[in-house]
Amino acid sequence: MGEAIVITSGKGGVGKTTTTANIGTALALMEKKVCLIDTDIGLRNLDVIMGLENRIIYDIVDVVEGRCRLNQALIRDKRFDSLALLPAAQTSDKSAVTVEGMKNIVTELKQEYDYIIIDCPAGIEQGFQNAIAGADRAIVVTNPEKSSVRDADRIIGLLEQEDMTETPRLIINRIRTNMMKNGDMMDVDEIVQLLSIDLIGIVVDDEEVIKGSNTGEPVVLNPNSKASIAYRNIARRILGENVPLQSLEDEKGVLERVKRFFGIRS
Amino acid sequence: MGSLGEVINLTQEKKPLITIKGNREGITLIIDDEVPFQEALSELKDKLISTQQNNNGQAVSVNVQSGNRYLDREKREKLRDLIEEDNFFKVEGIETNVMHREEALRLREESEIKINNRIVRSGQILKVKGHLLLIGDVNPGGKVMATGNIYILGKLYGIAHAGYQGDRNTFIAASYLKPTQLRIADYISRAPDYESDGVYMECGIIDEKEDKIIIDSLQLLSQKRQEISGFERRMQNG
Repeated sequence: MGEAIVITSGKGGVGKTTTTANIGTALALMEKKVCLIDTDIGLRNLDVIMGLENRIIYDIVDVVEGRCRLNQALIRDKRFDSLALLPAAQTSDKSAVTVEGMKNIVTELKQEYDYIIIDCPAGIEQGFQNAIAGADRAIVVTNPEKSSVRDADRIIGLLEQEDMTETPRLIINRIRTNMMKNGDMMDVDEIVQLLSIDLIGIVVDDEEVIKGSNTGEPVVLNPNSKASIAYRNIARRILGENVPLQSLEDEKGVLERVKRFFGIRS
Repeated sequence: MGSLGEVINLTQEKKPLITIKGNREGITLIIDDEVPFQEALSELKDKLISTQQNNNGQAVSVNVQSGNRYLDREKREKLRDLIEEDNFFKVEGIETNVMHREEALRLREESEIKINNRIVRSGQILKVKGHLLLIGDVNPGGKVMATGNIYILGKLYGIAHAGYQGDRNTFIAASYLKPTQLRIADYISRAPDYESDGVYMECGIIDEKEDKIIIDSLQLLSQKRQEISGFERRMQNG
């Protein structure tokens, strides 16, 4: 029986879809069976970032409305056999999927896959409600800036009212080391203290991420990029490994600057 | 203590329906609580007429004690009208040993401290009757409201509104204050437009002289709001 994790943020453009693609790919790299679900109906992106757009025949709305079987809509990844994608529809709107329909899909996928990673749309409306409906746990993505942290706080408040197996975990994405050092950007500690949930990873702003998105090759496949290592670490933490936080400093200080360790949750 | 006055008892019965006691401040009317209200009223009327002779122009202040009889608003009005009818007496107060259950419950609720252990996040509102003791932060965009005082063991970044039903004597105290807005009754103050540091262990309170909300150290409360120390205990013991 697998586990469903929703990637959400409230605010748009903070990197939910990129995070979903990279965590999913990283878990597949670690030989887990993974299925990604894009719930951003009408504005689907996950297939583009995964480089699988040309393979779409059926989508999630077709499954909910019974035009095809779930298995027919799943797209197998071109790199990993153990990775699949359930794409969103591009022509319908968010009300085409219901909470019930979503729950059924997730329950069915959990029989087959170890991890179901759900990419949530921005906002707190129906699309959000659908995305979190089947999830066992949640990861909230935020950027180190006020408006994004504010929305993350709102989302955490809503998630806390849901019936999940553990409290949401936090990813701080697009960190610019220089700005943070100069105090021009919110500090990691400051954000964690305000939101008071556990940090599961920090990802630096890395040009490789954008390149990867444009070529349909998630950055996590490139072992030399900092962002790639960050995503791999997050995947390992999801599996319960105890991985120290990546240093924000450049190469030299990696060992001295290890700041914090994570407790393993059972 | 000679001026404490005499007890006038004009009826022949053992237990008078109306007892009148005079003292320096005026007179006290004690109305027997076991007879029907109408009976007591008519008796009172007779008695008032017979005592008026003693009066020389100035209205005498009257305190009414109705013992274990519950007086609703209508009865209080009747009583007041009757006593003040001829302008010889002025009713200062009506005392009774009993209060309506609803009123008692309301009073108790408004004087209780409601303890909450959580984080009030953006978009959330925590609203209580009585005083609020929040163990946790109020994040930006979050809001806490109480009819009484607000005590925050944590950081206040959002909005706090004390005395939201209009009690200006309430205040807001927090371990760390950097609020978006402080509201007390109908007063509102907001954060300055420039970036500022918050303050530790301070409170927001209405300053009557300046007619606005001020933020000052918690010591101010021991001068301006002494009643908070004893108030809760007094209510618990009735």
